[in-house]
Amino acid sequence: MTSHDGNGDRWFDREAGPVVRPYALTQGRTLPAGGASFGLIDVVIATSDRAPEHFRPGPEHRRILSLCRRPTPIVDLTSEIDLPLGVVRVLLGDLTSEGLVRVLSTQKQPANDQRLLRMVLDGLESM
Amino acid sequence: MDLNQCDGAPSTAKILVSGGFGAGKTTLVGAISEIRPLRTEEPMSDRSVGIDDTRGLSAKTTTTVAMDFGRISFPSQLVLYLFGTPGQERFWFMWDELAIGAIGAVVLADTRRVADCFASIDYFERHGIPFIIAVNCFDGAERFEPDDIRIALSLGPGVPIVLCDARQRDSVKQVLVSLVRYVMSDTRRPDQLSIG
Repeated sequence: MTSHDGNGDRWFDREAGPVVRPYALTQGRTLPAGGASFGLIDVVIATSDRAPEHFRPGPEHRRILSLCRRPTPIVDLTSEIDLPLGVVRVLLGDLTSEGLVRVLSTQKQPANDQRLLRMVLDGLESM
Repeated sequence: MDLNQCDGAPSTAKILVSGGFGAGKTTLVGAISEIRPLRTEEPMSDRSVGIDDTRGLSAKTTTTVAMDFGRISFPSQLVLYLFGTPGQERFWFMWDELAIGAIGAVVLADTRRVADCFASIDYFERHGIPFIIAVNCFDGAERFEPDDIRIALSLGPGVPIVLCDARQRDSVKQVLVSLVRYVMSDTRRPDQLSIG
């Protein structure tokens, strides 16, 4: 975000840090709607549904929707849009409850998932 | 919803990289993966605040943690993430976040400061997360036999101890392979993790 004063000089920019407190983007909400919990490596996919009449997606909602046209893990999404994880989770909660994205949960106990472990091992060994 | 139900979605997995300050966590992650930034800004008092309750917002404090993570994409539509655990005590809340759903952990040990990795070992033992010890062989540091390190860390005989050079990609790859093989072979693990 940048702005200019009367002389045309930039007086705040990315280096100056955020000009809005993080949770202002979520109207102060710090937890996702409906108590949803999203893991760091859960994968988000935009559905092709239209936003319902009552829901007005903000610019950050729209950025998430645009990034998630391809299935995208939450951690990559967060890194890409450069918002704090907690804020992204609240925004994802809004989009999920409006049916605009789906979040695919990953295994909570992957250490017992031999198929996943085999994939990781094969991947590493082929590097 | 299970990932397998959705074509086109990548499978994802994560491994934690832990150890004391200066043990080489970031070096190890950077040696084998593309490093990306992650900002987390967690409200410290959210547990007592309702979802839409905006009263008392000004009194709320957030703590900012700037972290890095590593990302390795494999041709098989698998993405492996490497997360370094934050070192400072005030970031303990992030450990549970990182640990849920992790395959296991690499605890990097520096033989000049062995005690620095006690906290990591305690955490992973307490939460039933499989881990191995990777001894980062710093130039000029005295070399120890794995058995001596096992005694110094009070580790049981089952936990693998490997020597590594966290700067070398092949060495780091071997560390990760050792961890995954250990997790695959370890059948003594409890079914339930006790995080949360």
